[in-house]
Amino acid sequence: MDLMIPDSGLLFWMLIAFGILFLILARFGWPAITGMVERRNERIDKALSDAAAARQLLATLKLQEERILQQSREEQEKLLEQTRALRQQLIEEAKAAAEKESKILIEKGREQLQLEKEVAMQEIRIQVAALSIEIAEKLLRQQLTKETSQRELIDRLLDESLTPQA
Amino acid sequence: MMKRVLCVWLFLVVFPLSSNVARAAEKKERPPVDIRELLLGHLKDSYSWHFFTMGEKEIALPLPIIVRSKERGWFVFSSARLHEEEGYKGFTLSTEEKTAGKVVETNSMGETVRPFDISITKNVVALFFSCLLLMVIVLSLSRWYTKQEKEGNHNAVPGGIKGALEWFIMSVHDGVVKSCVGKDYQRYSPYLLTLFFFIFLNNILGLIPIFPAGANLTGNIAVTMGLALCTMVAINVFGNKEYWKEILWPDVPIFMKAPIPIMQVIELFGIITKPMALMIRLFANIFAGHIIILALTSLVFLTVAMGPAINASMSVVSVLFSALMLVLELLVAYIQAYVFTMLSAIFIGLSRKEPIPVKKPELPIENRLKK
Repeated sequence: MDLMIPDSGLLFWMLIAFGILFLILARFGWPAITGMVERRNERIDKALSDAAAARQLLATLKLQEERILQQSREEQEKLLEQTRALRQQLIEEAKAAAEKESKILIEKGREQLQLEKEVAMQEIRIQVAALSIEIAEKLLRQQLTKETSQRELIDRLLDESLTPQA
Repeated sequence: MMKRVLCVWLFLVVFPLSSNVARAAEKKERPPVDIRELLLGHLKDSYSWHFFTMGEKEIALPLPIIVRSKERGWFVFSSARLHEEEGYKGFTLSTEEKTAGKVVETNSMGETVRPFDISITKNVVALFFSCLLLMVIVLSLSRWYTKQEKEGNHNAVPGGIKGALEWFIMSVHDGVVKSCVGKDYQRYSPYLLTLFFFIFLNNILGLIPIFPAGANLTGNIAVTMGLALCTMVAINVFGNKEYWKEILWPDVPIFMKAPIPIMQVIELFGIITKPMALMIRLFANIFAGHIIILALTSLVFLTVAMGPAINASMSVVSVLFSALMLVLELLVAYIQAYVFTMLSAIFIGLSRKEPIPVKKPELPIENRLKK
């Protein structure tokens, strides 16, 4: 059966045509396509792994950030505590100083008051003396008129001047 | 639904008509259809591209005939000349059993001999067409890639048909070439890709019955032989030392290879049988598919003699079945291209395998414990 016998002419053309086809496609066809697709695949793989690495990095950074935040929060708390203590201390000190000062002031005031009181007393004494002298003058002027009335007057005057002192 | 429509149509239209027409048909004597000749004529190569017969006149594209006579040298002429009564300058179409349908020459001794014949036959035209088509498709795609690369779009992904082609090419590249050849697959991927797409395209073109497709190219043994020869070269020329060692001095008991080289003969025979199997498999599968489709189609012409009723119903059956077969052949077109390429890749991979590393004998347990 001639179907099973390869025809030499067709085989000849087949080898030539397929050979040319192969040479042209191997030179200009396939490498450009498969090369670019493979490079693209590599780039995609690389981008994916890069993204995974970046995500990993981001996670660690976030952790670090949280840790730093926690640390700073603690520090802040500590500082606040310290300042609070300092304030308390300052207030205490100020209070003590003020108390001391006020005590001194009060003491001084009291002394002043005493002094002034004494001065006033002195003045009063002078006044009393002046008054006494005046009274005595008046008495001396009336004495001359009547003995009994003089006596009465002296008594009354004495009573008057002695009562407030008693 | 289809069945019911078909039944109604048969009973209402075909059967009433049939009784009258059948009697009329019986009176006319028609020559019986030579189905064998019809089938093989469609599948065989020919010197002109026959389209159809209009009445008595055959509409065909004449093709150039290129022959070299031993006595008179080269001749180039149109195949239309062969159909003239006395042929052209001593060249005629043979009517003998052995060289039927081929160009033969009557030499000076009066004998008919076959000249060296590299005519551009129907299959050669189809071959050139499919090579050109494949070249246009692949080169236009690769040009798109180089253009993108030049413009700096390194991550450009083609869409539409180009995207589908990229997927198809890469599925063969990754699924067949990469996984079957092994380590240095990049060296062989251009050949294997060309092989796959050449077979696939020609299988598909063989199913399209319109010019310039429709030639039975991958169902022709010369074409599959050409492909198998290329694979054979790829296997043996680039085979490494290990491959030849396995053939010439395989790892078998010495009596099987020393005085009488039994294994060597078997292995050397294997060099030929591997591509031979590829050649026959592709040829037989495509050829058989075409035969079945053509046979189903010829049911229409065969049943003419049995009357219009049977003819009409058988025509419906024939069209349905040949449509079904065409769908199946689409699958076969892919599968056969895949199988041919995959086996080629596996054979190439085997011809480049690494020597199996010899395992060092392990130390006995006592020694290991001492250490």
